[in-house]
Amino acid sequence: MNRRKFTDWLLRLASIPVAASILYPIIRYFQPPEVAEGTATTVEAATVDELAVDEYKIFRFGTRPGILIRISEDEYRAFAATCTHLDCIVQYRDDKRMIWCACHNGLFDLSGRNVSGPPPRPLEEYQINVVGETVYVSRT
Amino acid sequence: MKQSIYAWLDERLQFYKIKQVVDKKDVPVHKHTIWYYLGGMTLFLFIVQFVTGMLLLFYYKPSAEEAFESVQYIMNEVYFGWLIHNIHSWASNLLIAVVVLHMVSVFFLRAYRKPREVTWISGVILLFIALGFGFTGYLLPWNQLAYFATAVGTEMAGSVPFIGQWLLEFLRGGPDITGATLNRFFAIHVWILPALFIIFVVLHLYQVQAHGMSVPPQIEPNGSMKFYPDFLLRDAVGWLIAIGILAALAALFPWELGEKADPFAPAPPGIKPEWYFMFMFQALKVLPATIGPIAGDILGVVVFGIGAILLVLIPFLDKRAEHGQPNPTLKWIGIVVIIFIIAMTIWGELD
Ligand code: HEM
Ligand code: FES
Repeated sequence: MNRRKFTDWLLRLASIPVAASILYPIIRYFQPPEVAEGTATTVEAATVDELAVDEYKIFRFGTRPGILIRISEDEYRAFAATCTHLDCIVQYRDDKRMIWCACHNGLFDLSGRNVSGPPPRPLEEYQINVVGETVYVSRT
Repeated sequence: MKQSIYAWLDERLQFYKIKQVVDKKDVPVHKHTIWYYLGGMTLFLFIVQFVTGMLLLFYYKPSAEEAFESVQYIMNEVYFGWLIHNIHSWASNLLIAVVVLHMVSVFFLRAYRKPREVTWISGVILLFIALGFGFTGYLLPWNQLAYFATAVGTEMAGSVPFIGQWLLEFLRGGPDITGATLNRFFAIHVWILPALFIIFVVLHLYQVQAHGMSVPPQIEPNGSMKFYPDFLLRDAVGWLIAIGILAALAALFPWELGEKADPFAPAPPGIKPEWYFMFMFQALKVLPATIGPIAGDILGVVVFGIGAILLVLIPFLDKRAEHGQPNPTLKWIGIVVIIFIIAMTIWGELD
């Protein structure tokens, strides 16, 4: 290998780190920094007089929506409200007594199990604690 | 005076070189010549998008708090805002329809064959850019329908093997759809895609110019016409008609804005993407959760991905076109795919 070929080769090789040092920051830049997930494991989801039997509400659990359903006078259920199929927000259907996702007709039963339609997994279930007039929802 | 200004400019800008090229360019005349107008029509609709888009930018505010209200303001308060907004929406839809027709006609006339492979590939990239414009633009008014359609669309991107998660967060600007997503879509819609569009349209048109118009195999042209003025004037008539149609559509069938997006409200029934994404949306809706060992949505995304790659590769799959031989297999595959897409679209819209 003569000197000219060698420098030629060296220059070409050098273009790799140059390109990498330009591209890497750009690619990283696109990746948003982690947002501190709400560390709270318990939220006040509703007050007792807010929901009648067979009514539901979407509440905020940190940055994510949760669904709280009053299924009887003294029983509530709460789940992550983000559909396990493609991320739509689910709702409670009192005519079916099921949790329904309007996007592709996914159905979950009142234990969060995916019973029909495309959702592949059950909804994550949360624990309920009714203290006085407040319904607390917590996850482990 | 006019003479001398022209001469001064000509000496510097050398118009005569352009004139030489234009004078030489002609368009073959035969029973399929009509299809040659679709590319120009697409280009025209893109110009309409650039102009109306720039106007919308004067009032649009790209943030989750203000986007919806700013679009309302454009539609209800700004002088002729309704016109600009509706033309932008309508032209985007017509544009997709026309590009697809352009592609379908090029496919059946087999104009992709050697030496026009690069024309075809740059064309497919332009189609993807056009779809990208549609996808990102749909979210910008920040209404409920678009919010959930975008949740679904970006989650589909998340099913892409290996890079899915990265892609999803790249598109959403985080794990969820938030104001960060809107900012990203805005940047992509008004800056990145237009820049890419210009690069690829220059390549596309340069290739069209370099090779001249393709005459389909087994067709004998009965002569030709000059590009300038004969062909261009006919183009221009089409564009004038298009302006008329756009204005009429904008006035008679304004686009509904719907309700403002609320990330803490259940998805309303009737969530749907723009009609040209409907066939994919519908396919995902009817695929079961799992098919054998694989998740249904992953399978769907992979199949559409392979379809897109095959679309790019068509010039290399149809080697017979180069020698002017018929290729009924490819033709029928094309027809079946088109029928499938139309059927899924109709099914999805009626569902
Ligand atoms: C999205 C924007 C697009 C624009 C603005 C555009 C523009 C044009 C124009 C002005 C022409 C010349 C006139 C004509 O044949 O109609 C042309 C030709 C052509 N286009 Fe496109 N096009 C686009 C997308 C596509 C797509 C999606 C494809 C196919 C995948 C494609 C493939 C071709 C081919 C193969 C030709 C050459 C036709 C021939 O020589 O007969 N183009 N395009
Ligand atoms: S997103 Fe819920 S069923 Fe598809």
